[in-house]
Amino acid sequence: MLTTILVDAIRSAVILGGVLTAFAYVTLLERRLLARFQLRIGPNRVGPLGLLQPLADGIKLIFKESFIPAQADRLVYVVAPIITVVAALFVYAVIPIGPPVRLFGREVPLYVADVNVGILLVLAASSIGVYGIILSGWASDSKYSLLGALRSSAQVISYELALGLAVLAVVMMANSLSLVDIVRAQAHGWFITTQPVAFLVFLVAGLAETNRAPFDLPEAEQELIGGYQTEYGGFTFAMFYLGEYVGVITMGALSATLFFGGWQGPGLPPVLWFLVKVFAMVFLFIWIRATLPRLRYDQLMGLGWKVLVPVGLINLAVTAVVLVWRGGAV
Amino acid sequence: MAVLFGGVACLALAGGVGVIASRRPVHSVLALLLVLGSLAVDYLLLDAQFIAVLQLIIYAGAIVVLFVFVIMLLHARSGEVARVPAVLPPAAAIPVCAVFGLMLLVVLTGAAIAPAAVGPAFGTVQEVGRALFSRFLLPFEAASIVLLIGMIGAVVLGKRLPPSPPDAGRPAEGPGEGRSKRRVELR
Repeated sequence: MLTTILVDAIRSAVILGGVLTAFAYVTLLERRLLARFQLRIGPNRVGPLGLLQPLADGIKLIFKESFIPAQADRLVYVVAPIITVVAALFVYAVIPIGPPVRLFGREVPLYVADVNVGILLVLAASSIGVYGIILSGWASDSKYSLLGALRSSAQVISYELALGLAVLAVVMMANSLSLVDIVRAQAHGWFITTQPVAFLVFLVAGLAETNRAPFDLPEAEQELIGGYQTEYGGFTFAMFYLGEYVGVITMGALSATLFFGGWQGPGLPPVLWFLVKVFAMVFLFIWIRATLPRLRYDQLMGLGWKVLVPVGLINLAVTAVVLVWRGGAV
Repeated sequence: MAVLFGGVACLALAGGVGVIASRRPVHSVLALLLVLGSLAVDYLLLDAQFIAVLQLIIYAGAIVVLFVFVIMLLHARSGEVARVPAVLPPAAAIPVCAVFGLMLLVVLTGAAIAPAAVGPAFGTVQEVGRALFSRFLLPFEAASIVLLIGMIGAVVLGKRLPPSPPDAGRPAEGPGEGRSKRRVELR
């Protein structure tokens, strides 16, 4: 019993540490890549190739004065970034990064928990994350924050629906809600080949869910200063950034798990395959940010409700018909 | 298990007290969120994983978000104190306490009954789905129709009247008249 708890604790700690390190380096990666896309050099002074830049940023943000606006609702103001971070990290309890391995004579699965409702848990965490946005915008008592929060939560709630529809198609193919089973179901062909429409819907909805360009309206600097996080500084600011970038990594990990066969692949060790796929998706996200201009707000809502949701529904219906026709499910 | 249940139950109770004791509506909503989250953990302890996650997605993720939206838009100027009196008049308190006491009595005396044994598949998505689409098919479909009516109602209420379609049913009404009439009604 005690050993099981210990193993679980170590496993959680390793995954948490890995995600946080990845977060730090995705910020650096994004800055360096954006610089390259724009024919600049990017931060390369701190450490070799600028590799210590995230550390320097972190130390700087920790030592900054943390102030709370005078009119702010103090409790809610403090709780909001915590909700964001917890909701963002919570997801990693169910994302499998590799098949079970033998370590020190015992079978260790490379995921914290294989619950039979894994993918629903991911969706639940993302819907809890909305609170971080709404509450931070409301508690700051600033009009820019409030407007940013309204925009952002409307966007996240709308696109959650499209995201869920895309995920449902995969669930129907795999016949399970468990992420481990979904990966196993792709042993003879990744779902990207059978569900390309679902992947496109998932990708667009994922970009909007994480408030990334071209859907980064909540943070449209020209209109809203910093959106819902305008009034946050120092470490609380870093917490919102953690939420955003961990969200990007989560979307990468989810697309790898749902559409690209998770840890499966020839040659390389499974964990490495998974990391390669996640990296490719994160790179794609950054690439898109450097390429596409921001959408207008009504276009964004129109795209969500009038294009993605109907396409997702039709895809779901077609998938169901084909599955029943082939006698694959039921 | 018992320790976890005790902790979660205390959290839920604290949340419940918070809902009625907070002076600001947003704090009440946060406390409500705490109650719903604790209930989700309770469902987990009862081996009902699917219900626990649904509790989070539907109640915490959708319904309470709507509450927050309404409060934010109505009380945007941060923290109006609720107008309702915080303490019930004694006349109302006595029946409420009586009902609560009765419920407590029933639960405490009923605790001696052994809980029903369940299979290993209990609470999984498959089981819940099978029950919904076989034994409870009629209530399930009825609920879906009720929800559909609600959605249609929301669309009708939210729809602006068309600016100037010369409607066959109302030939006397000029362009724009319908809209101004609706404005008056809204007030």
